[in-house]
Amino acid sequence: MKKIEAIIKPFKLDDVKEALNEIGIQGMTISEVKGYGRQKGHKEIYRGAEYVVDFIPKVKIEIIVEASRADEVVSKIQDAANTGKIGDGKIFVFPVEQAIRVRTGEKGKDAI
Amino acid sequence: MKVFGFMIAVLCLFFPCSSAFAADVLNTGDTAWMIVATALVMVMTPAGLALFYGGMSRYKNLLNTYAMTFVAYCLGSVIWMMWGYTLAFGPDQAGLVGGLENLFLRGIGVNSISGTIPTYVFVVFQMTFAGITVALVLGSVVDRMKFSSWIVFTVLWLTVVYSPVCHWVWGGGWMSKMGALDFAGGTVVHINAGVAGLVLALVIGKRVGYGKEAMFPSSISLTALGAALLWFGWFGFNAGSELAADGVAASAFLVTNTSAAMGALAWMFAEWFVNKKPTVLGIASGVVAGLVAITPAAGFVGMSASLVIGLVAGVLGFYSVAVIKQKLGYDDSLDAFGVHGMCGVWGALATGVFANPAITQGAKGLIFGNPKQLWIQVMSIVGTAAYTAIATFILIHITRFITGGLRVDEENEILGLDNTIHGERAFEID
Repeated sequence: MKKIEAIIKPFKLDDVKEALNEIGIQGMTISEVKGYGRQKGHKEIYRGAEYVVDFIPKVKIEIIVEASRADEVVSKIQDAANTGKIGDGKIFVFPVEQAIRVRTGEKGKDAI
Repeated sequence: MKVFGFMIAVLCLFFPCSSAFAADVLNTGDTAWMIVATALVMVMTPAGLALFYGGMSRYKNLLNTYAMTFVAYCLGSVIWMMWGYTLAFGPDQAGLVGGLENLFLRGIGVNSISGTIPTYVFVVFQMTFAGITVALVLGSVVDRMKFSSWIVFTVLWLTVVYSPVCHWVWGGGWMSKMGALDFAGGTVVHINAGVAGLVLALVIGKRVGYGKEAMFPSSISLTALGAALLWFGWFGFNAGSELAADGVAASAFLVTNTSAAMGALAWMFAEWFVNKKPTVLGIASGVVAGLVAITPAAGFVGMSASLVIGLVAGVLGFYSVAVIKQKLGYDDSLDAFGVHGMCGVWGALATGVFANPAITQGAKGLIFGNPKQLWIQVMSIVGTAAYTAIATFILIHITRFITGGLRVDEENEILGLDNTIHGERAFEID
């Protein structure tokens, strides 16, 4: 099994979710995160006090899939989340040691 | 304000001319208006100012700012009735302070009348001014002051600074004798609070991380709402200072709104020009700047003058806060000095320039052929600022002694005062 972690622009979440549903991926976990890479922050000025806000809001999606599907899923996410502009995000793939379904105790492939 | 009428009424307590004034007659129109005006001014502190300041505080201190504002108003409410009123409006002692004849409101009863309204209404109206003046001071020292120190300081400051200065200008003291014009509190409220705030900010010191760390306002929406409530309440503050429902009150009402609006526009355009973005914080701040500046002038100046007063206030406020404060590097956190102090000075001077005797008889400014008034205004500004600065400096050190320090521990300051002083969170957001 593999874990796919995708950091994307928040407004792209729905597109990614739809795209994954199309290929039969029905579950995911998301978190609201902040970060930056090559996309620069912006300036805010409050009564003359100037602040540079480096961290930009992003959404992190985590999905666990069978190893054989990893490439397909990564490619689907990349297509859906892409805008062509700096700040589109990154996708990482990790190995997963074990997965357990809480309700039934099923393990491995049957849990995801 | 009908200072002359009230002064004469007070003097008649001592001189055998009371028969001439035996009939201070109650006017129900004036009374109804003044009760409402008092309620309007009341809303300015626990609602208007609390939101205005709270929204500008960092999230971790939003409630603490609220608490300081609320408690200042509550302490003012009580202290005023006990000894504040008499120190301000009791019989004049050498032009400096009122006598103790009205301690705990002794000598004032249900049928006591001041001018055309019940004395009780006058007492409460004046109390709301005391409450908001001391609350304004906290704007300079949010995020870092011990709550116990604030409480002690408030009690001392109302007694030793606010009440005497109020007496000087409105209670028959030396400034009113000198002919200083202050309709609703340019000196008594704004310069007083602004200077006191600056002194406090300098003594307590800058917030940890000031100038290096980002200190975001917790909620511009709350601040804008607060500014709107302040604007609403200010109608009571200015128009109510006529102590009557008449043409002068109407004129004060009009110029108050005009100056507030001009202040907002001026600050907005100035900021747009300099920083390339018009901010809501700027608009809200400009409103307050315009209101502060028109306060001493409200019952003395005409509409055209109020356009100028508001315009200059907006630009001056923006410049004081966005340029001067950044250059000088002091941490007057919410700009009590930058907005209330500076725009209060401008307003007091503008009163000396634009006072029109056609509005209030006897109040004549520079452009109506009385250059002396401007000089009198300067003296009242300097007198207020000097006394407040020195007295506040002394009081803050007394407070430090009584409460064992003025500032919270650095660790608590970093964690946030809502948590460490109050054990509460401003909002429960998932």
